[in-house]
Amino acid sequence: MESIFSLAATNLISPVILSFVLGVVAAAARSDLTVPEAVAKGMSIYLLFAIGFKGGVAVANNGVDAQLVLTLLAGILLSALLPFIAFAILRMVSSLSRVDAAAVAAHYGSISIVTFVAATSVIDAAGLAAEGFMVAVAATMEAPAILSALWLVSVGPKRSPGEARMDPALAREILLNGSIVLLLGSFLIGAITGADGLEKIESFIVSPFQGVLCLFLLDMGLVAGRGLRESRGNLSGPVFFFGALMPLIGASAGAAAGLLLGLSTGGMTLLMVLAASSSYIAVPAAMRVALPEAKPSIYLTLSLGVTFPFNLTLGIPLYLAVAMALSGGA
Amino acid sequence: METYSAKRVAIIIEQVMQTRLLDALDSAGVKGYSVLPVLGGSGRSGQWLRDGQITRGTGMVQVICVVRPEQLQALQDAAFAHIEHHMGIVTISDVEVLRSARESSN
Repeated sequence: MESIFSLAATNLISPVILSFVLGVVAAAARSDLTVPEAVAKGMSIYLLFAIGFKGGVAVANNGVDAQLVLTLLAGILLSALLPFIAFAILRMVSSLSRVDAAAVAAHYGSISIVTFVAATSVIDAAGLAAEGFMVAVAATMEAPAILSALWLVSVGPKRSPGEARMDPALAREILLNGSIVLLLGSFLIGAITGADGLEKIESFIVSPFQGVLCLFLLDMGLVAGRGLRESRGNLSGPVFFFGALMPLIGASAGAAAGLLLGLSTGGMTLLMVLAASSSYIAVPAAMRVALPEAKPSIYLTLSLGVTFPFNLTLGIPLYLAVAMALSGGA
Repeated sequence: METYSAKRVAIIIEQVMQTRLLDALDSAGVKGYSVLPVLGGSGRSGQWLRDGQITRGTGMVQVICVVRPEQLQALQDAAFAHIEHHMGIVTISDVEVLRSARESSN
């Protein structure tokens, strides 16, 4: 228990988290501080490229094995199945419509790549390493949850005709969205070029990483702060509670999978983080196309305003401490 | 200077629907249009600003086209199929174009 508090305290006073807190406070105080859209996009491209590349280099160093394939499959299964749990809980504890509950559920099966990136920095700071292929696992967990949510809606009462659900254009957009392409592409570049490639661009993708992450999380703090402010009018008590409960359920499923797969402490932590996190980039776009009647004010506010800050501040150190206890890691 | 009567159609639509709408306009024979970013706004879901948007699932764009009056119905039919269930607004206005009809959006 002491280690959990110690990890949480260390995490909370790191520059990354304090930058996030600054953003939240600025948004709460209605400051005019904003990060221009193009700058935020540039930073997210940098972070995705760096994290993908480093993951690829790690795979190049360690090789491809059965554990990689099994972890990818586990990630797909977690992403596909978690929406069913989320949907069942939401329908039990809240008055959300079937469509709104399914849209929220899709977010909780999919992943937050920013939470994943933040978790890798916490793991690094703890002196641990994770399997490099976890980056590829993150990419595979983006889409299955969307299919599960659309299935949950399709088995419900018929909606008005002419509305889009899944069509080839949407499937292409989901599978080839910029984040997935960049993450997998940089992962492949890292895997192909290996340690030699890393040495050539190390000064660009390793040293500035923490600083860029700080600025990016400042922006995320602003976004989350606005989400928290808006949550008062948009989220009922049970739905708000769900935003903190579901990450713990997802993390538990991730821990069970990590144990079965024999992942390292760092790898198990990352799988827990992936299963605990909720999307706010890929899934909202897909939901706007496929389920336009679902309310973004519920699913985006919940994902960005409740679950993201929860995972970033308390969740990650908690998942790391649990993974350390379960795997016997130091 | 001679001017030509035309219809100016301004469609504010969710960014996620942009590609679909533009494809529909192309199919309807509307080959010229401009796409502008919307910096922010307010609607039934409250206020929003483009800065701070981290998902293209929440942004809006404006598509503007100037067409010959006889093209309007095809444009409306094509556009409506893609905006019926989504946030946004379509306005149509009569305009005078200070260029040849050949160079308007058709």
